[in-house]
Amino acid sequence: MIPYPFTYHRPGSLKEAEALLASVPDAKLLAGGHTLIPAMKLRLANPAALIDIARLPELSFIRREGDRVLIGAMTTHAEVANSDVVRGSIPALARVAEEIGDPAVRHMGTLGGSVGNNDPAADYPAGVLGLGAAVRTNRRQIAADDFFTGMFSTALEEGEIVTAVDFPLPKRAGYVKFANPASRYALVGVFVAETTNGIRVAVTGAGPCVFRVSEMEAALARSFTPDALAGIAIPVDGLNSDIHGSAEYRAHLITVVAKRTVAAALSSSP
Amino acid sequence: MRDLHITVNGQEHRAEIEDRTLLVYFLRENLGLTGTHVGCDTSQCGACTVLLDGRAVKSCTVFAAQADDGGVVTIEGLGKDGALHPVQKAFREHHALQCGFCTPGMIMMAVDLIRRKPEPDRNTIRAELEGNLCRCTGYHNIVNAIEAAAQATAKVGT
Repeated sequence: MIPYPFTYHRPGSLKEAEALLASVPDAKLLAGGHTLIPAMKLRLANPAALIDIARLPELSFIRREGDRVLIGAMTTHAEVANSDVVRGSIPALARVAEEIGDPAVRHMGTLGGSVGNNDPAADYPAGVLGLGAAVRTNRRQIAADDFFTGMFSTALEEGEIVTAVDFPLPKRAGYVKFANPASRYALVGVFVAETTNGIRVAVTGAGPCVFRVSEMEAALARSFTPDALAGIAIPVDGLNSDIHGSAEYRAHLITVVAKRTVAAALSSSP
Repeated sequence: MRDLHITVNGQEHRAEIEDRTLLVYFLRENLGLTGTHVGCDTSQCGACTVLLDGRAVKSCTVFAAQADDGGVVTIEGLGKDGALHPVQKAFREHHALQCGFCTPGMIMMAVDLIRRKPEPDRNTIRAELEGNLCRCTGYHNIVNAIEAAAQATAKVGT
C-alpha cells in the first residue's frame, strides 16, 4: 500500500520544526509514525507534508530531577522500558512502555507521539493520567487532567509540539492491561498510583478516552487493597461496545483489572 | 523527489526517490534486495523486519526518507564471506522454517533479540516474537533455533 504523495521535511532543531509547522500548509508532525504511517497507507490520512521530529536530540532524554522523572517526547518506548532511571524510579511506567506493541514497534514509537495521538486504547495515556504527570509543550505545561479531552483529541493547539512529559514519583504504582488477544491493544488497562496528592486510578481502552474513577480512588484511600474495590460497579454508560466486547463486559473488566493492578502495585512497593 | 543517502549491508547508496517511498519498497525495488518480504503490509506480521541503525524495525512502516543518512542491514547482509550467520545456521539445523515466507523477518528479529537479551529463556523468546507471525505455525522449531543460536553466540563470545 502506497500513501498519497507528500513532502518530507527533517528539521534540525525544535525552532526549525516550529517554523516549518507554522509555514508549511497542511503539515503534520511525524514521530515514530506507527499510527500515522499505517493511516496514510490506508489513505485515511493525507497530509501534504510531514515534519519529522523523531531524531531531534533535544527531545530525546530521560532525566531524574529530584522527585520527578522528565522524559523527552521523542524517547522511544524501548528506551523508556529499558531505562534504569525509569525502572528504578517508576517501575510501573516502564511496564506501560513494555506493554506497547511489539519489539520492532517499540523501537520506533514515542511517548510524545502516543500522548499527542490519544488513541482510546493506547497505554501511555493511562500512565500519564494515572501518575498525574504534566505534558510540556513548546508553549506551556498542561496537567494530564486537562490534556486528554476526548477520542483522539487533546488540549494541544495548532502549531503546538509536545516536548516532554514530567512525571512526579509516586509512593507506589502499578499497571495491568487486559489485552485484546488479536491486536494486543488494551481492551481494558488500569493504572493505579498512590501519589503525594492522593490515589489516582486511570482507565484506558474501556471508553472513548482515558478517564479516572473517583469511586475507586476514594475506596483505595481508605484501604489500599484489592478487596477495597470488590463491590464497585462501574456504570456502563459511555463505555465502548464493539465486536471485541460489550460495554457491560468492559465495565466488569475494569473492576477485575483494577484489583489486579492494586495487587501489582503492592507487590512492587519498597 | 529527494536524494536519499543510505548505507545498506555496508554499501553506500545514493538514489533519487519519491518522498512517500517506503523503506521496504526501496530495498526490494530499487536495490533488488527481495529477501525482505511484504507480508501484511500493516506493521503486524514482521516479514519486513530489518535492522535500522542497529535496531529491528518493520520496514513497511518506515519511509526511506526517515532512514536518510542511516544504516540498514537486511537478511542479505547477515552472512559474512559466504558463511551463514549463526542465527541462519541455527534456523537451518533446527528446521525452523516451513514455507519460508516469515523466515527473513524472524531471523532479523532473532538477531536483534540476541543483541538485547543474550541469554533469553524460551518464554522470553516467545514473547519477543509477538510481532512476527508464522502462518505455518512453526513456532516450536523457531524457538528451538533461536535458543540454540543464542547459546552458540554466548559461547563464541561475540
